[in-house]
Amino acid sequence: MTDDSILTANELSMTFPNGNGGLQALDAVTFSAQRNAFVCVVGPSGSGKSTLLRLLGGLLNPTQGEVQFEGERVIGPRRRIGFVFQTANLMPWRTAIENVELPLELEGLNAGQKSRRAEDMLKLVGLADFKQSLPRDLSGGMAQRVAIARALVHEPDLLLLDEPFGSLDALTRERMAFELLKIWQLERVTVLMVTHSIQEAVLMADRVLVLSQRPGSIRLDLDIPLSRPRSLDMMHTPEFGQWVDQVRSAIE
Amino acid sequence: MWVLIWNRSERKLTKRADRLISLLPLLALGIALLIWEGAVRWSEIPLFILPPPSVISERLTRALIDGSLLRHTLVTLSEVLAGLALGALIASLLGYGLAKSSTLERVLSPYIVASQSIPIVAVAPLLVIWFGPGQISKVLISALIVFFPVLINTVVGFRTVPSELYDLMRSLRAAKAQIFWKLEVPAAMPVLLGGLKIGATLAVIGAVVGEFVGADRGLGFLINLADGLYDTPLVFVAVITLVAMALSLYGVVATLERRLLAWRTG
Repeated sequence: MTDDSILTANELSMTFPNGNGGLQALDAVTFSAQRNAFVCVVGPSGSGKSTLLRLLGGLLNPTQGEVQFEGERVIGPRRRIGFVFQTANLMPWRTAIENVELPLELEGLNAGQKSRRAEDMLKLVGLADFKQSLPRDLSGGMAQRVAIARALVHEPDLLLLDEPFGSLDALTRERMAFELLKIWQLERVTVLMVTHSIQEAVLMADRVLVLSQRPGSIRLDLDIPLSRPRSLDMMHTPEFGQWVDQVRSAIE
Repeated sequence: MWVLIWNRSERKLTKRADRLISLLPLLALGIALLIWEGAVRWSEIPLFILPPPSVISERLTRALIDGSLLRHTLVTLSEVLAGLALGALIASLLGYGLAKSSTLERVLSPYIVASQSIPIVAVAPLLVIWFGPGQISKVLISALIVFFPVLINTVVGFRTVPSELYDLMRSLRAAKAQIFWKLEVPAAMPVLLGGLKIGATLAVIGAVVGEFVGADRGLGFLINLADGLYDTPLVFVAVITLVAMALSLYGVVATLERRLLAWRTG
């Protein structure tokens, strides 16, 4: 644990009540993330990846252990943490820009400040021309970009993403991955992203955490010292293959 | 881009077709009225059994001129509006509570369902006995009949708010009131308005049932009065006015729906 860690998970355990002794989703998960790092969490399905993210974001409270964000214990959602969910999760009655404005609106910013910030964010995700579109008129990738814009609009220090590209087709998924990397570098935000794609994790992250089968605990903590910016060519290097294999064998 | 343009022109075409199709019911009504008129004249059925449309419209003109129709209509309309407002208000407050608390639902729902098996016509005399033959008893009967559909739709509406959006609001640290106004109300609105639409037409029935039981004013009273005088054309006039009232109320809610739910239909 260095001084520059923004997020620390300390012996996190989570058990959900289910009638017969409870379902243990996580078992003593410990790690810390450096400021401005890009961390990916992979693991078999049902390994509690989403639960971990919800604990880190303060949407759930752990049965044991604690989460520290900027040195303070997390006991509920925090302003400096942005969340992107598996589905875009847009409000269908709001236009793209109104969806992006939502976090600022809840904080009571005035209309001018709100729309200026929201417009900047839509520009950042390449959707400036679609600000008046309703979610039903946006493709899956566009909707998820609006969701990312919404998560970044109040300038969080930490962005938590829960399989954000899970519902997208392969090509869109690849493009979105690089767009997210670009945004991450521009916005200087710490990213913790859950994914079930090993290649995606190795391609994007500085560091890959592998969770074990339920109850999830950290099986492998792997640094990916690939240079930035990342490109698709890097996937064909021998090291890349080795890292992927390492992660895969940790999962199995 | 092409798809967009094509879609738009297609939409315009279907709109024109829709307008033509919407005229068909009016055409059917016109034909039915002509047949009615012809049949009654040809068969020489007495007026007090089935008056032809021409006599009814003449009676309507008279009732309009002497002001009696307007007076009775306003009485019934005010009962209907008050009943609708009261019934919908109580039902949506209770419905929200039921949607939010399963304990409350478990305690109350058997009684709510049981109360619905009592026909409103059976309760109406009681309410008139308790609250008198004035307008209050009519408002209450109307509110009672509006209550159930609005309650059910409120429960269903608030239950169908996606849990992921609750997560989103929580992650943004939204206050309870913000969750209510910015998430729950707009998300439940389609179902809520559906309940209000049903309630609007039922409210008219409730008020008339009340007036039938005992009143000295209102369209229900007018029907009773005309019936006793064998003034069958006036019965028709009152019935037609009631239909028009129910349809206009329905139309008001439907317009509200189109305005508020433009995001669904575009």
